[in-house]
Amino acid sequence: MELWVRAVGVLGPGLDGWTATRAILAGLEPYSARPTKKPIPDVLPATERRRSGEASRLAIAVAQEAVSASRIPSQELATVFASSDGDGDITHKICGSLAGTDRDVSPTLFHNSVYNAPAGYWSIATGSRSGSTSVCAYDLSFAAGLLEAAVQVTVERQPVMLIASDLPFPAPLHAARPVDQSFAVALLLAPHEIGTPLMRWDITLEAYRTPTAWPSGPGNSLRNNPAARCLPLLAALAGGGSPIVSLDYLDHSSLVVACEV
Amino acid sequence: MDVMDPLPVTGIATANPLGLALPATWDALREGRSGLRPNDFMDAAVKTWIGRIVGLEEQPIIGELADWDCRNNRLALLGLRQDEFEASVEEARRAYGPARIGVVIGTTTSGILETELAYRHRGADGALPDTLRYRHQQNLFSVSDFVRHRLRLAGPAASLSTACSSSAKVFATASRLIRSGLCDAVVAGGVDSLCLMTLYGFASLGLLSDRPCRPCDAERNGLSIGEAAGFMLLERPGRRKADFALLGYGESSDAYHMSTPQPEGKGAAAAMEQALSRAGLKPVDIEYVNLHGTGTAANDRAEDQAICAVLGDRVPCSSTKGGTGHTLGAAGITEAVLCALCLRHDFIPGTLHTAAVDPSLVSRIMVKSVYQPLRRVMSNSFGFGGNNCSLIFGKVT
Repeated sequence: MELWVRAVGVLGPGLDGWTATRAILAGLEPYSARPTKKPIPDVLPATERRRSGEASRLAIAVAQEAVSASRIPSQELATVFASSDGDGDITHKICGSLAGTDRDVSPTLFHNSVYNAPAGYWSIATGSRSGSTSVCAYDLSFAAGLLEAAVQVTVERQPVMLIASDLPFPAPLHAARPVDQSFAVALLLAPHEIGTPLMRWDITLEAYRTPTAWPSGPGNSLRNNPAARCLPLLAALAGGGSPIVSLDYLDHSSLVVACEV
Repeated sequence: MDVMDPLPVTGIATANPLGLALPATWDALREGRSGLRPNDFMDAAVKTWIGRIVGLEEQPIIGELADWDCRNNRLALLGLRQDEFEASVEEARRAYGPARIGVVIGTTTSGILETELAYRHRGADGALPDTLRYRHQQNLFSVSDFVRHRLRLAGPAASLSTACSSSAKVFATASRLIRSGLCDAVVAGGVDSLCLMTLYGFASLGLLSDRPCRPCDAERNGLSIGEAAGFMLLERPGRRKADFALLGYGESSDAYHMSTPQPEGKGAAAAMEQALSRAGLKPVDIEYVNLHGTGTAANDRAEDQAICAVLGDRVPCSSTKGGTGHTLGAAGITEAVLCALCLRHDFIPGTLHTAAVDPSLVSRIMVKSVYQPLRRVMSNSFGFGGNNCSLIFGKVT
């Protein structure tokens, strides 16, 4: 499947937007691991801005960055959201309430608990009525999201934005699912070489190959964050990584991305 | 938008509150029996009616897949065992090879019930009991992973979770996987099981009826939650004859509110229009609409507006949720299965428990069941976050 990467958005520990991240991944700037910024999306109406959870805020921030860089109107973009675990903090709070005596579940927490909450807030923020899907494949959620987005671009011949994110788990759930750091990425993918694409990707499902190594600095900070499995692709986009990126996929198969500027 | 070729459905399985397997489900549907009962789920003190699948508590998953044991995967297994579905998949697996068959399952809460219960047994230090198997129980991928292991499939797989449209969306993803050439066949399905979070959560939003839900009734006051598992084997045309096919799908967002539909049903209408275009059909070609029809004031009103805007006020519509309850992430597949039965038997089911249709609704809500020749039907599913999916199914002649 052939597609063009039009724009990128990224937020993570010490990764504050694509411009800064690109410089780090290209080896032009040093990496230092600082906590991920907590964005407050001003595109949301006040009520939704107040109610939105961290997963939605992070997703909207990277989506906004990619859309502004692409100059494609968000109304024309289908979206695919990928996450291994959604918002573990909400799971923790709701399960805590349900184990208590009165079992009161907060209505806001409950509607934020749906996996597609970031998609819902994004469509409210942009007024976009485009279709949106939310996918999960545990540790392989980024690869599954990329596959879904690539298939949409190929079959529907329309631009698709993939937004992948994962948040740290609080205790005690962290022991059962050790995810650390907050990380989100948005990749705006188009079926044609319109405008000025960053790169052409040719994506195939293949027999297992050794996965492409992660860029060292951010890779160390984010080794326990499933969404960060996109890092080798971001390194390729920054011009500092391998042009053939192999990501682990199900059953010892690999999602292979051949990158061409 | 390109018109898609009909996508044959070569296997169907269902476990839902109306019954296990197609024959029992059909019997309940034509006889107008409901699968709802006063809430007796565990110790949930919520005054409502539910569609519970009886006996899941006593049917653990044993053997090599025992790690996946949880209520949701038990329900998935019960579903897979119905209607000779596993044999249909095995036949396709032999024809195409395991790597050419995908698995796409919709769910909203997966096995969260096990985590809810684990929170009751935290240690003095707050730690959860080590019996909790997060990956195999609560993670949303658990059910898809379980299904692909059970069916020994190795193609692309993912869980989709877009609230109550989840297992309608699986048809769009499955169709694309086949049209892209990545898969020859896809097991598309939905599995959602009762848990405390949904019962107490919907109660906190004031959306649960204290009686069996009455979609479109003038006095409707909320939904009834159910649980179900359903699967369909979608396959590229040619290998095996089918009497039922996916003709089109439409996907949209409301861009309005997280838990209330856009009042004029504009997002819903966009999904319905897109489904018609993709199927290459005109509004007059749709002969029955299986409504999302939850029984909440806001949903039924908005959907009514969308139906009238896209299809007019003459097409027969009904909600089957009075029989099944709202099975959330399994609603799309469960209603797809009911649409298959409707087409097979030329039958339009009535809207159970509904006595007098809300006079402010303009579309043609069928209260009573009727036998009538059907060729093409539409099924709507709408979810929190304003996520809409509309499907069109048809007879294969």
